[in-house]
Amino acid sequence: MKPNHWSKLIIVLFLAIFPLIVPSDYYRHIFILALMWVVIGSSWNLLAGYTGQVSFGHAAFFGVGAYTAGLCVTKLHISAWWGMLLAGPVCMVVAFFIGCVCFRLRGPYFNLATLAIAEIFRLTAIVWRDLTEGMQGILIMRTFRNKTYYYYFALILAAACIYAIYRVIRSKWGYYFVAIREDQDAAESMGISSFRYKTFSLLISSFFTGLAGAFYMNYMGFIDPEVVFSLYFISIMAILVAIIGGAGTIWGPAVGAFIMVLLQETFRSSFFGLFPKWVSQAHVLVFGLLVIFVIRYMTNGIVGDWIKVQRLWSKNKEQPLASTGS
Amino acid sequence: MNFFETQHLTKAFGGLIAVNDVSFQVVKGEIHGLIGPNGSGKTTVFNLINGYYPITSGKILFEGHELNGLPTWKICKLGIGRTFQVVKPLRRMTVLENVMCSAFNLTTRRDVAKEKSLEVLEFCELSKKQDFQAKGLTIGDRKRLEIARALATGPRLLLLDETMAGLTPQEQAEGVKLIRKIRDAGITIIIVEHIMQVIMNICDRILCINYGQEIAGGTPAEVANNQAVIEAYLGKE
Repeated sequence: MKPNHWSKLIIVLFLAIFPLIVPSDYYRHIFILALMWVVIGSSWNLLAGYTGQVSFGHAAFFGVGAYTAGLCVTKLHISAWWGMLLAGPVCMVVAFFIGCVCFRLRGPYFNLATLAIAEIFRLTAIVWRDLTEGMQGILIMRTFRNKTYYYYFALILAAACIYAIYRVIRSKWGYYFVAIREDQDAAESMGISSFRYKTFSLLISSFFTGLAGAFYMNYMGFIDPEVVFSLYFISIMAILVAIIGGAGTIWGPAVGAFIMVLLQETFRSSFFGLFPKWVSQAHVLVFGLLVIFVIRYMTNGIVGDWIKVQRLWSKNKEQPLASTGS
Repeated sequence: MNFFETQHLTKAFGGLIAVNDVSFQVVKGEIHGLIGPNGSGKTTVFNLINGYYPITSGKILFEGHELNGLPTWKICKLGIGRTFQVVKPLRRMTVLENVMCSAFNLTTRRDVAKEKSLEVLEFCELSKKQDFQAKGLTIGDRKRLEIARALATGPRLLLLDETMAGLTPQEQAEGVKLIRKIRDAGITIIIVEHIMQVIMNICDRILCINYGQEIAGGTPAEVANNQAVIEAYLGKE
C-alpha cells in the first residue's frame, strides 16, 4: 500500500472509533456537527462545484428538511425520525419547483434567485405561526441522551452522501454535470439538455441537504426559523466549507467541513478558555482571512490544490537545511 | 424527400434581417459549402439549424422531421452535430472526457462510451493527446477536438463552422484529409469556410450568401465564375 492509502485508512479508522476513545461529550458534539457539515458541503458541491450552479440559498433545503422532521412531531404526532425518511422526498419536491423557475435564469440571476428563495422560506416560517410556531420554534424530546448514537448516525449519513455523490460523478450524469459547468452552449450542442441535468443535480443536492436538516432537528431537539433558514450560518457556511476544502473535488467539502467547524468552535470557546472572552468575536474575521487566502493562493481549495500545499511543506523542510549549509 | 433542406429560412434580430429567404437542399453523402463575405449570415444559418436561435419564418427539414422550435440538444439527438467557429472546449476536462460527454448520447455505460470515444479520437488523430486538459491544447488541436466531439454524438449530418480558420497550411491540408475521411465514413457535411482553396477543393456544391440572401449556388466552378459572387467579394468595376 502507498503511504497515501495508509493515511486514509488511519483517518477512516480514527473516525470509526472516535466516540469510543474520546469520552468527552463536547468533542463528540463538535465531530457530529462536522459530519453534518460534510453532508451539506458535499451536496452544495455537487450542484455548484460540479454542475456550476452556485446556490446562495441552501438554507432553504436545510430548513425544509429540519421543519419536515419537526412537523412530524408537532402536527403528525409521530417520531421525528420519520423526518429522516420524509425530508429527502419533501426537499426534492421543493427543489423541483425551484429548479423549474430558477434554471430558466443564467449566471448571476440564478444565484440571486436562490438567495431570494431561501429568504422567502425564512420569512414564511416566521410568519406562518399556525404551522411552524413562528419564532417560538419547535422543541422536541431527543431520543438518545448518549451522543455516541448520533455520532454513528451522522457518520453513516456522511459516508452514504459522499459515496452516492462519488457514484453519480463517475456516471454519465457526472460527465454531463461537468460539461454544463464548463460550457452550457457546447453541452447543449452535444445533446445534453442543460435544464434537465441541472434539475437532476439540484434534486440530489437538495435530498442530502434535507437529510442533514432532519438530522439536525433530531440531534439538537430545537429549531427556529432564524437558525435553520439562516443566510449566514447555513447558506454561506455551505459555500465556505466547499470552497475552502475544494469545490469540484469529492473529498474537498469533507476536509473543509472539519476545518471550518473546528476553527469556528476554537474561536467560539476563546481557544478553549485560554484567551480572554472577546476573542470569540473574532471567528468571522478569521473566516474572512481564510477565504481571502484560499481564493488568492489556492483557487481550487485545499484538496484541489493539495500539490501546492505539499510543496509549501517541502519548502519549509528545505529551508533549515539551506541555512545550515551557509 | 430531401435528406436536408431549408425552405425560405428567415431570421430577423429586431429590424436587422440577418438571414433572408434562404432555401437550399443537401443531398445525402455530399460536402455542401456555405460561403459569403464577413457578416453575411453563415454562422447565423448554422445557429438556426442547430436551434440556438429561434427561426423567424421558414422551415428546416431533416430526414422529413421539421426542426422548427426544437431545443438544441434534441436536434443533436436527431443526428445533427456541429462545431463552433469560436471553439468551446470543456476546459477543465481531459480530451478523452470531452469526447466521452458526447459519446454518452448513444449509451449510458461508461466503458462503452470510453471505447467509442477512443475510436473517435483515433479517427481524428488525437489519441496521443487524450489525457491532456482541453485548456492546454493548441488551436489546431482544439479545432480537431470540436470535430471529434461532434462526431462522437453519432451524427448523420455534420455542420462545420470555419474549422480551418487560423491554422497553418500544413494543418489545413490535414484538416481537408480529415473532412474527406468523415465524408467517406458516410456522414453528410455542411461546411462554412473562408479559405477558398479548401472550399473549392472539397465541396461538391456551394451556396453563396451575402447580406443574408442567397446570391449563387452550384458546383465550385460555377460559383467561382459567377458575376454576383465576384462582386460580393471584390466589389463592382
